[in-house]
Amino acid sequence: MSLELFRSTNIDWLGKKWYFLGFSLIFSVAGVFSMLFWHHIPLGVDFKGGTQIRVAFDKTPNEDHLRQAMDQAGVKDFRIQRVSDPSGQAANKVIIALPESTATDQSHDAGRLAVERALAANYHDSVATIEQVEIVGPTAGKQLQKQAAWATVYSLIGMLIYLWFRFELIYGVAAVVAVFHDTLITVGAFSLTNQEITLTVIAAILTLIGYSMNDTIVVFDRIRENLALSRKESLHDVVNRSINQTLSRTVISSGLTFLTVLSLYLFGGEVLHGFSFALVVGILIGTYSSIAVAAPMLVAYQDWRAKRGKIASLPAGKRAKV
Amino acid sequence: MGKNLAGKTATIIAVLVIFCYGIFFGFNAPKMGSLKSLITNNIQLGLDLKGGTHLVLEVHVAEAIASETDRDVARIEDAFQKAGINATVGKTDPARPQTIIISGIPPAKLGDARAILQGNEYSSYDVAATADGNSTLTMKPGAIRDLETRTLDTSIETIRERVDKLGVAEPVIQKYGLGENQILVELPGISNPEEVEEVIQSTAKLSIHAVTGGPYETDQAAMQANGGIIPADSMLVRGSAAAGAPDSVWLLKRVSEVEGTDFRDAQPSTDQNGRPNITFNLTTEAGDRFYKYTEAHSATSAAPGSMAIVLDNKVREVASINSAIRDRGEIEGGFTPEQAKDLSLMLRTGALPATISYLETRTVGPSLGAASIHQGVIAAIAGMLAVMVFMLVYYRGAGINADLALILNLIILLGFMGFSRSTLTLPGIAGVILTIGMGVDSNVLIFERIREELRSGKTAAAAVDQGFKHALTTIIDTHVTTIVSALILFLFGTGPVRGFAVTLAFGLFANLFTAVFVSRVIFDSHLDKQQRGAALSI
Repeated sequence: MSLELFRSTNIDWLGKKWYFLGFSLIFSVAGVFSMLFWHHIPLGVDFKGGTQIRVAFDKTPNEDHLRQAMDQAGVKDFRIQRVSDPSGQAANKVIIALPESTATDQSHDAGRLAVERALAANYHDSVATIEQVEIVGPTAGKQLQKQAAWATVYSLIGMLIYLWFRFELIYGVAAVVAVFHDTLITVGAFSLTNQEITLTVIAAILTLIGYSMNDTIVVFDRIRENLALSRKESLHDVVNRSINQTLSRTVISSGLTFLTVLSLYLFGGEVLHGFSFALVVGILIGTYSSIAVAAPMLVAYQDWRAKRGKIASLPAGKRAKV
Repeated sequence: MGKNLAGKTATIIAVLVIFCYGIFFGFNAPKMGSLKSLITNNIQLGLDLKGGTHLVLEVHVAEAIASETDRDVARIEDAFQKAGINATVGKTDPARPQTIIISGIPPAKLGDARAILQGNEYSSYDVAATADGNSTLTMKPGAIRDLETRTLDTSIETIRERVDKLGVAEPVIQKYGLGENQILVELPGISNPEEVEEVIQSTAKLSIHAVTGGPYETDQAAMQANGGIIPADSMLVRGSAAAGAPDSVWLLKRVSEVEGTDFRDAQPSTDQNGRPNITFNLTTEAGDRFYKYTEAHSATSAAPGSMAIVLDNKVREVASINSAIRDRGEIEGGFTPEQAKDLSLMLRTGALPATISYLETRTVGPSLGAASIHQGVIAAIAGMLAVMVFMLVYYRGAGINADLALILNLIILLGFMGFSRSTLTLPGIAGVILTIGMGVDSNVLIFERIREELRSGKTAAAAVDQGFKHALTTIIDTHVTTIVSALILFLFGTGPVRGFAVTLAFGLFANLFTAVFVSRVIFDSHLDKQQRGAALSI
């Protein structure tokens, strides 16, 4: 017999919606609190400007000595962070970050030079090699922010339009709410774990928006197909059945994508760390939101319209008894 | 079975061969070499994998406008002098460098003055007469735009020449679209900022100005020595650190005697005492101008003077004028052989018409780049193995189908990259990995549907048929949304993010082909060999 994890499941998904809401609320609120009061939204050098230098040492670096080396040379406002590989091996690397004031358009290089000289002159524990330098001045920073904002806006508009063509507006709205929920929780996760949001992280977030939308579409497609077939079932039952039918595909498919993204997170190295973290969180939440946010919202909206006396009408022109 | 399986299989094999070719050779002719070297030579690697420097520079085109109007001020003064018109020509508003104001024209000479101003040399200006007998010349907006574009283009050309001379392989130097007057420079293989500065710094703005006063200790001292103000035709310039006198200030004439573009050649050499100096040649026209100036101020003249070499708005060198110089001369002043060589290179390859500032710098060292490739490839292999093993275990026979489709997917994706010479970046590798996961989603959709149909009692052939049919709309839906996402990322993303968008989009296109066409063919040819009603391994 074939291996089937989800043969004919019959879970009442909509019945559990309050549990789902609670779960979502906890994570959303935690994230929002962190964004407002704790770590705020940690922005990478791409957006807030400044200097960021990744230094590799041939022996484990002594952070205190590094700090002293910087202080001695008169470098101010620096931040030193160890780079740790997600797989647990702390690489012998640190990231030294300087704020925007060190990378003005007039003296772009000042911060980097200062750090380089400080290391050469004052740090003697081991040999330092500069592996990566990122200096973003205020003008460039603003431009990049604008780019990221437009990309996000256009992405969302593009998806909403596409959904509008393929489904009725309410489906589109439910999907977008789910996507907003996913983005909020993902950004919240970055805030909670104090990881920086860079351009590549934004790219990851836009991708997971696409992924979450995909996942929601699969469920909605099935709902639509089932609605067209059955005339007697209530929307509640149809939605539950659709989710149960697609559960196998949803869990396995997401599971496989999650496996690949997990592989990226574990083996993909430090440079992609933020990117892969966004995808790991995003894929889990994206899958969850199709079942826990989009579908219940659909039903809730139809319930609300029914209460106000309108008969729910859904795509394919079929009416469902609500 | 009338489904033309042979033709379809042939198509698939043709696709396989074509894209395999693309991976190793792209559109070029085949050649010998190890597999690894062929791939690495064909597939372009981004800076984040190869190591290198990415710069965004801004060209201060306003300076070019200021220089141009300064020169025209000098020309007008000259012309008026010749015509015996005694008027003040100048620019009173530094915030509006495109306007020249001429005041105090004696009414008798108004006609002559007007004639001069309407001449061809000033055709890029709008001449206006004000009520009190003054005239203003404002550079036309079209002329300004023209000048700005020319300045930007010249800057790009000059930087490209410098970069060429240093032998950087496949540099990128082009206009940067995110802002006005910005240049993108990408130098693969150079990640040492000192080296970069050597290349770009050497494209500094250079000019030679007459020294009217100095050196002074501070700005105030300079102004005090000149009656408390800076004369309208002069400017204060500091010394540069390289000249060893960073805190000194000179009063220089605003209009330069020689511009960087006037140098035809410059070579490092040694003077009679063996000290390094620079011999230079000017263009004929510049030589004439320079002769007039140096003759008037040489050591033997009534008003001996010195001239300052200004590099990037800082005084680099001050030299006294020994004798009149036409177009061949020497610059001396305590150079080391290195400095003489560098300065000659700057003069030779033509200086920038305006200064540049750095807006953004990103460098990646080669070891980090290599480590990133290594880690990316391991992650890809690990991800792929995990997925392939799972498909085999969970879907058994059909799992082989999915795995074959996955491998073909990867080949088509990499072949696309090879053919289109797209750049593979580190997020691009992540895109490949994501494609593996999302690609296999299509297969899962189809297989789950087939299982459902089998469960409801259909035969193998019918189940496969229905499975593909129902899954098709969903597959197209999901692919379109993600491809739209990738398109937007491509349009709005910078280099590394674009690499991600490219691999994601290519991967999804490849997946549409393999999941829908190839998987179907494999199923059909399998069913062909089976007995009617036999069970399907899925």
